[in-house]
Amino acid sequence: MIMSFFDQFLSPSFLGIPLIALAITLPWLTFPTPTNRWLNNRLMALQGWFINRFIYQLMQPINFAGHKWAMLFTALMLFLITINLLGLLPYTFTPTTQLSLNMALALPLWLTTVLIGVLNRPTIALSHFLPEGTPTPLVPILIIIETISLFIRPLALGVRLTANLTAGHLLMQLIATAAFVLITIMPTVALLTSIILFLLTTLEVAVAMIQAYVFVLLLSLYLQENV
Amino acid sequence: MLLEDWAASQVTQGALLKMADRPVPVMEKRLMDVKLGELSRWITARDFTPNGILGALRRGHNRYYNKYINVKRGGIGGVAMVLAGYVLISYIWDYDHLKHERWRKYH
Repeated sequence: MIMSFFDQFLSPSFLGIPLIALAITLPWLTFPTPTNRWLNNRLMALQGWFINRFIYQLMQPINFAGHKWAMLFTALMLFLITINLLGLLPYTFTPTTQLSLNMALALPLWLTTVLIGVLNRPTIALSHFLPEGTPTPLVPILIIIETISLFIRPLALGVRLTANLTAGHLLMQLIATAAFVLITIMPTVALLTSIILFLLTTLEVAVAMIQAYVFVLLLSLYLQENV
Repeated sequence: MLLEDWAASQVTQGALLKMADRPVPVMEKRLMDVKLGELSRWITARDFTPNGILGALRRGHNRYYNKYINVKRGGIGGVAMVLAGYVLISYIWDYDHLKHERWRKYH
């Protein structure tokens, strides 16, 4: 029996070294670099195809000055998607369930987009606070709302990723415990619970990939406004 | 000097000079060629500096990569072995915490 359902999110350490160190370095090891050969192996072909399609899709709405960010977005996307998917394996630790990591990723990148906008095109950056066509009496309130919405963006980015992954892992653990306990008492209900667990795992795989994508997509949107 | 004396002795004895028969210092042998008695000397002579460890990790990575992944028709086996190893290492890393989660009547 699990002592407490939140124990899975504690950062485990062995001989003083935290497992998070391995969990963060492993994504970089699973992506080999292409060599000088014309045709590399199958893994490289898959990887190259995925990265090219993704970055083409992401950079389409952004103007040319924003294309400097392509490498950063690719790295971020690969990092998040690998960490999320690896966390679905048994006994592994998911670093993105820790709010500290997600805020450390979200806050500096958001701040960069804002600073780029404010330093290069201050008038246009400020003009984002007032959408076109608002009625005059609403203007003061709307500016306050837009300011709040701007400052809440990094918090939302970090917390969204954390909450989605934490909730998913927690749900899986709860339903698995329920199925495990029920199997001796009511086998049919345990079977139903197992089916729910299977569906939930499929959802978790999807969520892992979608959340990574959403993170990078929103950052690209913030960039698009400001660059 | 040592090599020439040995070669001269081999010629006088009429033995064939094979590449594998020449004496090699213990430090440069591969692990499978080291005799049991020389094992402790071999281990202490290895390069444990950060650069040495990095070099060893890189060599290991290249060996695995070139054997299982960088092949014409690689399958999921290459990646699956890495993931299985990762699961195992995570289990061992976390064992002190996991041993409390066994099925027990009273916790």
